[in-house]
Amino acid sequence: MAIMRVNPTRMELTRLKKRLKVARRGHKLLKDKRDELMKKFLDLVRKNKELREKVEEMLIKVHQNFLIARAVMSSESLEGALMFPKQGITLEVSTKNIMSVDVPVLDFKTSSEDQSDIYPYGFASTSGELDSAIGTLAQVLPSMLELAQMEKSSQLLAQEIEKTRRRVNALEYVLIPQLTETIKFITMKLDENERGNLTRLMKVKDMMIEQARKASN
Amino acid sequence: MYKIGVIGDKDSIMGFKAVGMSVFPVSTPLEAQEVLEKIADEQYAVIYITEQVAVDIVSTIDQYSEKKFPAIIPIPGNAGSLGIGIKGVKKSVERAVGADILFRDE
Repeated sequence: MAIMRVNPTRMELTRLKKRLKVARRGHKLLKDKRDELMKKFLDLVRKNKELREKVEEMLIKVHQNFLIARAVMSSESLEGALMFPKQGITLEVSTKNIMSVDVPVLDFKTSSEDQSDIYPYGFASTSGELDSAIGTLAQVLPSMLELAQMEKSSQLLAQEIEKTRRRVNALEYVLIPQLTETIKFITMKLDENERGNLTRLMKVKDMMIEQARKASN
Repeated sequence: MYKIGVIGDKDSIMGFKAVGMSVFPVSTPLEAQEVLEKIADEQYAVIYITEQVAVDIVSTIDQYSEKKFPAIIPIPGNAGSLGIGIKGVKKSVERAVGADILFRDE
């Protein structure tokens, strides 16, 4: 690992030691964050998978019913029946904070509360398959919204985990080794200077003693 | 106040209108892309898109994956499931964990 280009001074050493301390602390915190995010993510994604399978299955059922309805009814009358929806949905969106990741929370309200009052057409000119298709669709709607919420959350969490993991690795494998190496380099350099200074002083002392002896003789 | 949109071929999405969603029938990938880009800027928090349409405009859909809204969710169309939705879940697992650990057994 390459060392940084710094002056080997005592001041630089203190500065680097401080940075190392901060980096170690940051590393520990980020690692904790990553682990917690991962735990949350795995829970979420497992539920997400189950829900998606359920929703897909139900939607396929809806499509099958629709197919039959289309076969029984003329396309004009089918379209006419569905032209003006009775049911309206309003969606309230808020956000929830999971480990500093803002994930959406969807909350919906339907305009008519009664589940049996959702059919926007008279029953005389339409087939029963259409009724069951729309009935199933209305049932699957809450799950669909939950799925949307979960899927978006897991996407956002996955991104955050990726980012955090990169940071943890950068600290662990680049910054912290670099700092330790540089600190070692500076300490060694300073020690070396100290030793050099000491020998020089001893040498000077010897020379002075020698001079004094000569003068007294 | 947010709305829910559905993009897909007309036959697949007609029913969603009855439960109060806004439907946008499209027939070509280009058209789908335009519609998606248009309604993504509007007040749509969730956009469902049939897999048959989604498969051609994956790159456009991916643009929105980083943003908080809208959530673009693939759903099976009337021709059945293509497995794109479940693939998306798999992708986020791979992204987060680095390896696929949920779907190994399949």
